[in-house]
Amino acid sequence: MSDELAVSINGADKVFNQGEADEVAALSGIDLDIQPGEFVSLIGPSGCGKSTLLRLIGDLLEPTAGEVTVFGKSAHEARMDQDYGMVFQHAGLFDWRKVSANIELPLELRGWSKADRSTRSQEMLDLVKLPDFGGHYPRQLSGGMQQRVSIARALSFEPKLLLMDEPFGALDEMTREHMQIELLRIWEETGTTVVFVTHSIPESAFLSNRVVVLSPRPGRVHSIIDVDLGKRTEETREDPAFFATATEIREALRSVEVGQ
Amino acid sequence: MINKRLRMVLTVVVALVVVVALWEGYKWMGQQTDDHWPGTNFGLPTATNDMIMPHASDILGELTVDIRDGRNTLPMYVFLLKKAWFTFQEAAIGFTLGLAIGMGLAVLMARWKVAEKGLLPWINVSQTIPLIALAPLVVTWGRQQSMPDLVSISLISTYLTFFPVAVSGLRGLQSPDADHVELMRSYAAPWRTTLFKLRLPASRPYLFPALKIAGTLSIVGAIVGEISIGTKTGLGRAILEYAQRYAVAPERLYASVIGSAFLGLTVFGLISLTERWVMRRTREVVS
Repeated sequence: MSDELAVSINGADKVFNQGEADEVAALSGIDLDIQPGEFVSLIGPSGCGKSTLLRLIGDLLEPTAGEVTVFGKSAHEARMDQDYGMVFQHAGLFDWRKVSANIELPLELRGWSKADRSTRSQEMLDLVKLPDFGGHYPRQLSGGMQQRVSIARALSFEPKLLLMDEPFGALDEMTREHMQIELLRIWEETGTTVVFVTHSIPESAFLSNRVVVLSPRPGRVHSIIDVDLGKRTEETREDPAFFATATEIREALRSVEVGQ
Repeated sequence: MINKRLRMVLTVVVALVVVVALWEGYKWMGQQTDDHWPGTNFGLPTATNDMIMPHASDILGELTVDIRDGRNTLPMYVFLLKKAWFTFQEAAIGFTLGLAIGMGLAVLMARWKVAEKGLLPWINVSQTIPLIALAPLVVTWGRQQSMPDLVSISLISTYLTFFPVAVSGLRGLQSPDADHVELMRSYAAPWRTTLFKLRLPASRPYLFPALKIAGTLSIVGAIVGEISIGTKTGLGRAILEYAQRYAVAPERLYASVIGSAFLGLTVFGLISLTERWVMRRTREVVS
């Protein structure tokens, strides 16, 4: 029943500049299935290809070998059908557009009417708890607020899959923890599938159903750690089970670095 | 806001006063020392007699003197404004064409790497041809094709204006971050959509400084064009005529130079106003 999977990756390799002097094997033999509604984190030391893997799922890069399917379609078809939303480390908002116009950008490209667009952007602003900021320009907002707008933009067309590339990496610790709670709330409210790239151990433990630990050069799936911490709250961060999970991830990462 | 305007006006007035004071001060000093640096035997770079450097008051006064233009008699400044209006039209056509051609080339080069590699060197080479050599050629070709001289002059102006637009336009179109480009790709946006929604708006901060340069160059191009073509009107004609009669009335040449500077500044101002209007959204930044 592979067409029921949100994401299915089979034997994917990625080699940059193949055949050239500066050839780099970024990913090798990646197998990974992600169920609809799952929250999966990709973690690994820098250079392990976690962002590359995310871009294979989003068809922003093509695998050198192997196959990537998204909701039973090829990754390319899924991108053409705009089945996923993307959030980057830097919010990547367009300076010249108001916050609401930024959120409406993907809707505009899909040919939504102005009235529908503005209704939806207000809904999204409510969802990310910035109801009164639609008329502001991105530079008037803090980094955390900009990232919320970026999430609102990614979710505005209700994609079934959300791809996030270290979205909270540039935020300070307090904002970051707050955004994690917000993201989980949004994830529960929308029922979307999330693939989340991070280099933070506590972040991956706190957010995910499963944590995929990658080993570097070339990137391979080292291990997949199931996380069962129930409903996350601020208390979860002080829960012994949370520490145990974080420890498990940390040990996996250490063996990755030592093993290589 | 009023304060800001007042300060701007004051700045202009003060700048004018400073220029006049320097002019007159230098002239006065030269008159005292017989055109030498005070206390030395080194000559001044320019003589300061009334033939070479008329008094600022004479030059400015010349602007109000009545002169003959065909059958009419009219004040110099009206005469120059009429000439400037003609030159402005040529320059405006040249500027518009230059903008269209420059942006067209920039879009081509941004779209295809091959186009960038093939075109950019030629675009650079084009500006090494001296305008003085090019202008008579354009005029000759134009007359062979029985084109109106105004078109030839505009084309000479275009030749100068397309260059900064093409080069800065390309930089601007290539300025979006990788994130922005990937975002548009994730929306399966075709290149044309990315151009209009992302690349063109992102190019504006790069484009406007180039447009200001192109605007003043379009005037230079039109005046040089007029001079080499020998038109009957335009600022170039006035400059040429007064240059020939310099020995009789030097202040007239200075007055026509002031007319050209005024035209250049007007064009610069128009483009700055457009920039303000277009960029008003991104200017409203508080924090």
